[in-house]
Amino acid sequence: MTIMAGPATLFEKIWGAHEIVVRPDGATLLHIDRHLVHDGSNNAFRTLQEKKLPVRRPDRTFATPDHYVSTLGRGLTAINDPNRRSMVEDLKVNAKETGVTLFDLGDKRQGIVHVVGPEQGLSQPGMIIVCGDSHTATHGAMGALAFGVGASEVAHVLATQTLWQKKPRNMRITVDGELGPGVHAKDVILAIIAKISAAGGTGHAIEYAGSAIRSLSIEGRLTICNMSIEAGARAGMVAPDDTTFEYLQGRPYAPKGADWDKALSFWRTLPTDEGAAFDREVHLDAAEIAPMVTWGTSPESASPITGNVPDPAGAGDAVRRDSMERALNYMGLEPGMALSDIKVDRVFIGSCTNSRIEDLRAAAKLANGRKTVVPSMVVPGSGLVKAQAEAEGLDAIFRRAGFEWREAGCSMCVGMNGDLVAPGERCASTSNRNFVGRQGKGARTHLVSPVMAVAAAVSGKLTDVRTLMARH
Amino acid sequence: MEPFRKIDEVAAPMGTPNVDTDQIIPARFLWRMRDDGWGHLLFNDLRFNDDGSEKPQFVLNRAEYRPARVLVADRNFGCGSSREHAVWSLYDYGFRAVIAPSFGDIFFNNSFQNGLLPIVQPIEVCEALRAALEQKPGAHIQVDLEAQKIIAPDGTEFDFTIDPFRKECLLAGTDEVRFTLSQADKIAAFEKTYENGMPWM
Ligand code: SF4
Repeated sequence: MTIMAGPATLFEKIWGAHEIVVRPDGATLLHIDRHLVHDGSNNAFRTLQEKKLPVRRPDRTFATPDHYVSTLGRGLTAINDPNRRSMVEDLKVNAKETGVTLFDLGDKRQGIVHVVGPEQGLSQPGMIIVCGDSHTATHGAMGALAFGVGASEVAHVLATQTLWQKKPRNMRITVDGELGPGVHAKDVILAIIAKISAAGGTGHAIEYAGSAIRSLSIEGRLTICNMSIEAGARAGMVAPDDTTFEYLQGRPYAPKGADWDKALSFWRTLPTDEGAAFDREVHLDAAEIAPMVTWGTSPESASPITGNVPDPAGAGDAVRRDSMERALNYMGLEPGMALSDIKVDRVFIGSCTNSRIEDLRAAAKLANGRKTVVPSMVVPGSGLVKAQAEAEGLDAIFRRAGFEWREAGCSMCVGMNGDLVAPGERCASTSNRNFVGRQGKGARTHLVSPVMAVAAAVSGKLTDVRTLMARH
Repeated sequence: MEPFRKIDEVAAPMGTPNVDTDQIIPARFLWRMRDDGWGHLLFNDLRFNDDGSEKPQFVLNRAEYRPARVLVADRNFGCGSSREHAVWSLYDYGFRAVIAPSFGDIFFNNSFQNGLLPIVQPIEVCEALRAALEQKPGAHIQVDLEAQKIIAPDGTEFDFTIDPFRKECLLAGTDEVRFTLSQADKIAAFEKTYENGMPWM
């Protein structure tokens, strides 16, 4: 444990409090507070069995199936494919044998692991949270240091409740000012990635700061932190404040009674001190951010919806030109065409980026009284989000508008459960990756916010949501 | 894990930036287990047509590059998903080292856990190496971990840096879990103080 002398950043404070061993070469053994596990983690459990090692801290480990679950029904029988079904079955067996808490199918608490953690109050300020999934940075929105790890590291955490890490550099991205109408957290993070590039955050932990971030709800902050990995950073975080504490209070795994008061006074010490230094600072003006869409096959190829498909001929160097040409070819787009002229075949609202209640509320508000003209679906992030949305009547609005209303899971974000975009099909999606083949072989993905997804669903093309809002 | 020392092997050039792990191994194969073998699935959708035939223009389908054990890539190689299957696929195909200007952070960590050495070199060096490999398909690159050097086909030497802890583990082929368990008393002592101070954690 290192106590900071002088001003320190949020990241440094959390890192320092978790150091067990620091080697002279900088390799640091970190204590892990929370370990989240999903249905892609069976290789790690297998490793433990082979080494004949128990899970060291089942009380700090929580599991839920998300990648392979069917969104058409609950229960194992809804999963038609035996390979997929065995992934969910294996998680159940592994959790049972090791004493890990499982939010299984049929339990309302089941959902996408990065939706479930904050929702259950498992993700708390000051913690180090890891999960065998690159979008673990999501939990950093709670004022935690959260990052994704691979299968070997999952096994390492299961066996030791620790991880060897090298301290990343620390970057602050400040977004000041007020977001315009129709501009949401998703547009902010896409604008950030477009600015710093898909490798801009490599080797860094990012702290998002500034008045625009402060004024976001927890849901919005989760969306921002979620896509840190798309900017190359393993961790993204927001300093905890009253918004965080209000969100946490009363959640099932949040501290209670005297513990709550103790925790609260500790949490208030976490924000970055005045005068603390970052290795890199980036600034954005919130007022300049427009609703964003991606046109290529990397999240960095994002532009305001008012723009055009860029021309590779204008790219600075040959490598960049070549990769843009390949991206446009894959996406079936012509240089110079207006982004708002791009027709879509399908719309997906869901994923750990945009499947929380606030996302669904914003989407439903715009969908209310309108009709989708292409196949469109809404997949809530958890059973509890689904129940809440139904209690508010959002499901009825979506259904009336022609959206399919599904069960919680990762779904079409990655298509591992069979919810796929067909080859050549173009999908406006609220997920986080527009990689080649991400939503299915040959699938063409345009990343957008939930309201932009609705705008696309009711117009059949990428559409500036602000033009619809004016008519609402 | 097999110890890594020195290799002198055929190298293949791959000059595309942002090669994500979805490209290295598509999601639809991820239900398989580690020992199922992954080499034949590496870069599946770049390497094969839908009917399973090879795409002749893909670099690893060209006879000279087929036996490649070293990959010279472009910036942000291995970005995206945390799937360690990407490393397993490269390793099982035969790759032992990847040279690139930058890597996805999680991919970078995953590589060390499996005996695949990721080497960071400036963009210009990577470009020069790729150009050399394209000019002389089948040429070798040497990687000497102990000396932290790579040797280009024309004999030019380049130094690289590596985290000493990672180097030690690779050279010895050490299993990190076993090593950490040898620190069990330190872990237990830490946990005690930590949990006393912050009981809600
Ligand atoms: S929703 Fe998508 S990005 Fe998020 S955990 Fe699931 S597959 Fe990964």
